Amino acid sequence: MNETLDKTNMTLRDRLKAFVDAFGLPRLIIAAFLLMLYIAAPIVGAGFWMQISNTINRFSWNAVMVLAMVPMIHSGCGLNFGLPLGIISGLLGATLSIELGFTGPLSFLMAILIATPFAIVLGALYGWLLNKIKGGEMMIATYVGFSSVSFMCMMWLLLPYHSPTMVWGFSGKGLRTTISLEGFYDKVLANFLQINIGSLSIPTGTLLFFAVLAFGMWAFLHTKTGTAMTAVGSNPTFAKAAGVNVDKMRMLSVVLSTWLAAIGILVYEQGFGFIQLYMAPFYMALPAVSAILIGGASVNKASIANVIIGTFLFQGIVTMTPTVMNNMIHMDMSEVIRVVASQGMILYALTRKTEATK
Amino acid sequence: MANNNAPLLEMRNIKKAFFGNQVLTDINLSLAEGEVLGLCGENGAGKSTLMKILFGMDVIRDTGGYEGDILINGEKVTFNTPFDALAAGIGMVHQEFSLIPGFTATENILLNREPKKKNVISEVFGDRLDTLNYHVMTERAEAAIDKMGFRIDKDMVISEMPVGHKQFTEIARELSKDQLKILILDEPTAVLTEKEAEALLASIRSMSEKGIAVIFITHRLHEILAVCDRVVVMRDGYVVSDEPAAETTVNEISSRMVGRAVETTAKSDIRDKSDAKTIMSIKRLWVDMPGEIVRDVSLDIKEGEILGIGGLAGQGKLGIPNGIMGLYEAGGSVEFDGAKIPLNSPRKCLDASLAFVSEDRRGVGLLLDETLEWNVAFPAMQVQNKFLKNYLGGFVKWRDEKSIREVTERYIDELAIKCTGSKQKAKELSGGNQQKVCLAKAFALEPKFLFVSEPTRGIDVGAKSLVLEALRKFNRESGVTVVMISSELEELRSICDRIAIISGGKVAGILPASKPSEEFGMLMVSMVK
Repeated sequence: MNETLDKTNMTLRDRLKAFVDAFGLPRLIIAAFLLMLYIAAPIVGAGFWMQISNTINRFSWNAVMVLAMVPMIHSGCGLNFGLPLGIISGLLGATLSIELGFTGPLSFLMAILIATPFAIVLGALYGWLLNKIKGGEMMIATYVGFSSVSFMCMMWLLLPYHSPTMVWGFSGKGLRTTISLEGFYDKVLANFLQINIGSLSIPTGTLLFFAVLAFGMWAFLHTKTGTAMTAVGSNPTFAKAAGVNVDKMRMLSVVLSTWLAAIGILVYEQGFGFIQLYMAPFYMALPAVSAILIGGASVNKASIANVIIGTFLFQGIVTMTPTVMNNMIHMDMSEVIRVVASQGMILYALTRKTEATK
Repeated sequence: MANNNAPLLEMRNIKKAFFGNQVLTDINLSLAEGEVLGLCGENGAGKSTLMKILFGMDVIRDTGGYEGDILINGEKVTFNTPFDALAAGIGMVHQEFSLIPGFTATENILLNREPKKKNVISEVFGDRLDTLNYHVMTERAEAAIDKMGFRIDKDMVISEMPVGHKQFTEIARELSKDQLKILILDEPTAVLTEKEAEALLASIRSMSEKGIAVIFITHRLHEILAVCDRVVVMRDGYVVSDEPAAETTVNEISSRMVGRAVETTAKSDIRDKSDAKTIMSIKRLWVDMPGEIVRDVSLDIKEGEILGIGGLAGQGKLGIPNGIMGLYEAGGSVEFDGAKIPLNSPRKCLDASLAFVSEDRRGVGLLLDETLEWNVAFPAMQVQNKFLKNYLGGFVKWRDEKSIREVTERYIDELAIKCTGSKQKAKELSGGNQQKVCLAKAFALEPKFLFVSEPTRGIDVGAKSLVLEALRKFNRESGVTVVMISSELEELRSICDRIAIISGGKVAGILPASKPSEEFGMLMVSMVK
């Protein structure tokens, strides 16, 4: 009797252990924490469906920027801490589109079109740099991001923009820190096929847009070139011996990542309703990095599922903690918890170079 | 000589196995004071392992220790760490330099044994803050250099020294230890110029006159005869001969090094392909592969043959395929099937239907984190657009998972790869099975010409014969020319038609595989640099 009991206990424990191993302990803790927040929300008086909507909305704004992490992880360039470079390309596209007088949904399309050449050129330069310093990509990427933001702080003031919606009111030159997108592409994607049920609202268009890009990435990774890119990340010497041009693949991944970052910021802007210039891109890389890591990616393996799960968990915590915590303890702990969770996750992921979870 | 009749060092019945793989069997050795013992044998004969046991290296204890006794002056000793060995008067000069590049010779010679002076701070904080006594240090370094008998500049910084002088600095470091009784020199002349090597031999003689016993390991047999009192030859973990140097010759030693107790393996169906057309013609090839430099190799390879390339480690045999396949910088000219192959471009070689199975399985040969399917299909997919489905007029080249799985499963069957399925990760396989995956990868390319480098390194006997059989079958059934590079002469003799021996970065000679081992042994050591 006892023996059989022990056996079932063992298998249950083993199964539990296998599940934890497969899902990843940190991801499990964060998911449990998020679940707790959702349960606590109605209790402390924050509307449940409202919170769900918030999470989905923030997911839709950020998912593309998290997706931008995937190609560089696959090619072995590590996490793209240089995301601000792509974001700057997107911002150039956004501001130029408005400057040239496009309005409405067309301004969004034009922003993407204009941002693309910037992303390709800047991405190629960035990729060339990363090919020179193999092994130290992530550190160099961080500084590429920082310095490009600082450089553009000057350029936003100096570039000859004239559109009255964007420049400072008194002097008539230099871009403002925050530019409203009303009348341009505010919510163009979100309003497409939007679903509203009571206080739950789902930005279908944005989610679809992300789905298309995510499908494109998934498909790309199934092509000959995508396979070569993954192999380069897995073992560059193997790839070289198999006749793959390693530097070219890495360069391509960096360009792709930079372009996705540019698209990502445009999607973010249309959801948020404002273009944020100057120091704003500075803080964009870390949330994207920690989101994909929470999603179960490692420094050299990432999947689309990692992107979706990670963005949802990370953005869930970002939106839920302020409301729930503030309602509960009437003290703003949210930022502290968010920072601990996201930075802790990055730290954890960088210290272990093991396999990614599915 | 000494206080009693017991020899200075005696090793009795030493046995050692690594993970059930017997590498040393019943080794008996003795060494008298001031005696110079030459130790030779092929790579993998067990020389280094024996010396590691004597020197108390951690790796021996970590892998389960050894059997047998080591006696010094008739007393049984057990060395748990190199420090114990040092205290007992054993010094070792390693093949790799263990010197601090930014320090002078003197500082390196006396590192961590510096004579010291007390000062105010060290009185308070302990002796780790004592001042170094440079005056005495200089004297001691001088003394050690004198003892060695070869002048090196004691004030020169290591990083500025020629290689040879670094070697001498290491020797001087050992000699500066007062308790030194036995000095082990592991291939000290490998990096020396001829003149320096002569100086080293002279200094070995002068050490021996001062009563220090020397164990001298080298591949240069004439050096052994020139300086040693006794020569011990090892093969496959056994001592095969132990005799005074005066009574033997280079010929005898080299035949003992390579000769097997039973001459079984020379294969029966050696083919003479000298009439066949030359499929690859290598002219004046040089390759800059660290540790395996190829200096000047010219070689004609006949269509359909299996050519073996052998030689001792570090003589350049591995550099040949690595250089031709573009993994290391190379020069010279290589003609394949009537067309020139551009060097330093792996892709061009693959396009010309050449394939390469690297000796560095884990580093070059495999995608350890990916599935067997990827490992097998990847090069063929990238180079020949196999296993792809084309959409949109070839714009989208989609991975054809089904055909990838089919080809992988076919090779899993054919080569008897032990795995849980084609989706298993390559890193989870054993060495022998990983090697088979590497072969499958090359076979999937369906090449006209195959380089296989050290295909049996680090795999067990059963897997070895399977791998060799697969190669032979591939050659016979598909008519593919195979060039196999291996350190194991018997293995080459068992499968190849002709064997080229590389020595000193050059072709020392090419013989049919039917020639006796001794002739190959002679070639191996003929031009050693």
